[in-house]
Amino acid sequence: MTTLTTPRLARTAAEPAGSRPKRHYATHLVLIVLAVMWLLPLGWSLYTALRPIESTNAHGYFSIAGPYNFDNFVTAWNQGGFSKYFWNSALITVPTVILTLFFASLMAFAVSRVSWKFNIALLILFTAGNLLPPQVLAAPLFQMFKHLELPYWFSDSGSLLNTYISVIVVDTAFQIGFCTFVLSNYMKALSHDLTEAALVDGAGIWTQYWSIIMPLCRPAFAALGTLEVIFIYNDFFWPLLFIQNGDRLPVTTAINNLQGVFLSNYNLLAAGATITVIPTLIIYLVLQRQFVAGLTLGSSKG
Amino acid sequence: MPSIRRRVRRLSRRDKIVLTLMVAVPTLIELAFVWLPTLFSIGLSFTRWNGLDVNDIHAAGTDNYAFVVKDYPPFWPAVQHNVLWLVFLALIATPLGLLLAVLLDQKIRGSRIYQSIFFAPVMLSLALVGVIWQLFYQRDNGLLNFLLGTAGTPSAVDWFGDSSVNIWAALVAATWRHSGYVMLLYLAGLKGVDPALKEAAALDGANAAQTFFRVIFPAMRPINIVIVVITIIESLRAFDIVYVINRGTNGLELISALVIQNLVGEGQVIGVGSALATILLVISLVPITFYLSRTFGKEAKES
Repeated sequence: MTTLTTPRLARTAAEPAGSRPKRHYATHLVLIVLAVMWLLPLGWSLYTALRPIESTNAHGYFSIAGPYNFDNFVTAWNQGGFSKYFWNSALITVPTVILTLFFASLMAFAVSRVSWKFNIALLILFTAGNLLPPQVLAAPLFQMFKHLELPYWFSDSGSLLNTYISVIVVDTAFQIGFCTFVLSNYMKALSHDLTEAALVDGAGIWTQYWSIIMPLCRPAFAALGTLEVIFIYNDFFWPLLFIQNGDRLPVTTAINNLQGVFLSNYNLLAAGATITVIPTLIIYLVLQRQFVAGLTLGSSKG
Repeated sequence: MPSIRRRVRRLSRRDKIVLTLMVAVPTLIELAFVWLPTLFSIGLSFTRWNGLDVNDIHAAGTDNYAFVVKDYPPFWPAVQHNVLWLVFLALIATPLGLLLAVLLDQKIRGSRIYQSIFFAPVMLSLALVGVIWQLFYQRDNGLLNFLLGTAGTPSAVDWFGDSSVNIWAALVAATWRHSGYVMLLYLAGLKGVDPALKEAAALDGANAAQTFFRVIFPAMRPINIVIVVITIIESLRAFDIVYVINRGTNGLELISALVIQNLVGEGQVIGVGSALATILLVISLVPITFYLSRTFGKEAKES
């Protein structure tokens, strides 16, 4: 590390800012080696997915012979039931993210824009909640949902188990903590003059929240929304615990079952894994800036 | 801030009702689905229950804890694995992320492309990371054994199947994701360091290493604390990868996986699962409390 950091610091010391960057050969060498290592698992999955099983059976997995096509993707999509799983993911992710951001914004507004006794106690309650390992609350939540009797027209399990609602509710509760923390920091930084002026004009709390603060928080919502979509889409644990009917699993949790289904055909498994990556990849490519901003928002304060 | 206090006095009755609802609804959700279950977990850990009839819950004193510590074979391996997980992330994955950030913080060509590559695994779920690495680690058809020249021979290692190596294989997969995240946080942190600090250090004749370790690294204190906390909490929460590989058995026991093994499946032993969950909770509260006191301590004193 010593030698590798030298060029940058040497430049800072010897050259004025804005001059042409030096060629960092050693740095590039290290970065290229690491980048290749980083891409290997992903590249290998994609490569395997693009080759028909007949071709790998005939030539082995480590050959370049044979045709390349998207047949494995089509087969995996149809055999694996991906359209169903993606629909389940959407049914869970969309309401969860909307509810989380809404409730977190209410809470963040109350603790950051109005001064009263329990502000910090409440913020601690919410922030700490998000830091707990989910397994700590697994047993009681599972039993609560199992023993809550519901009419069968509402839930075919007669309880909250095996419903999307169970996952949505718990994911929301868990994520409110993180979003409240981030949004309250953001709202605290907004000038108090904004709401003072509105107060003079007779605006109530709701008007201050909805018409003044919320529009100003748009960048924070964009960042948090992107981040939360990826978090909830990627959530493996709560659906695993609550949903027993395989047909209702979101795609991230279903991939665990698909591993068994495609066991003898690694080309299909690779295609399935690649399909599962696509939504996050699209979000990342389109909303990269928001996503990265979201990840660093939470850590900007410490 | 006097202006705020003035405002509180000016709240109308309607405002107070609105405000109460704004606080009450999210707080009730948080209490009902996070904190109440946490307390129930502690409570259930002192009982014996098969999870069927609520009237069947019997007090058990500290029996569950005694059983876990003395007679439950996977417990101590799981504790060891959790410690190993923490040490590996702290000594390998986190410094690797810091190294990447330092390298990429230089104005080098293609920095954004490198960043995207190292960051790509962070977008994936840990469950998917397990699946993707499965393809890499397979005994006969995996890329790793091929690169080592052992594929198809008797000396081929079954990276995820062999209980003596699978924890290391899983840790490498976890590092793949963790380092990218650490890199991103440090990149944000490095951007926030005042360039004047570096120049001053250079003028004082400090070499690159001295400048980094004595000036830049200490200046990133807030980020360092966040990363320490994230590393500890991530190693306590580790679950998805080992569960996808073999449900946290055969060399991949972690406390979190043991909790779940006792809750689902045939013999539901809620008391034992809850005792394990409570142990996990108590350990987790150490980094959580440290982080919260750092974050909110100053504000609490001010208000």
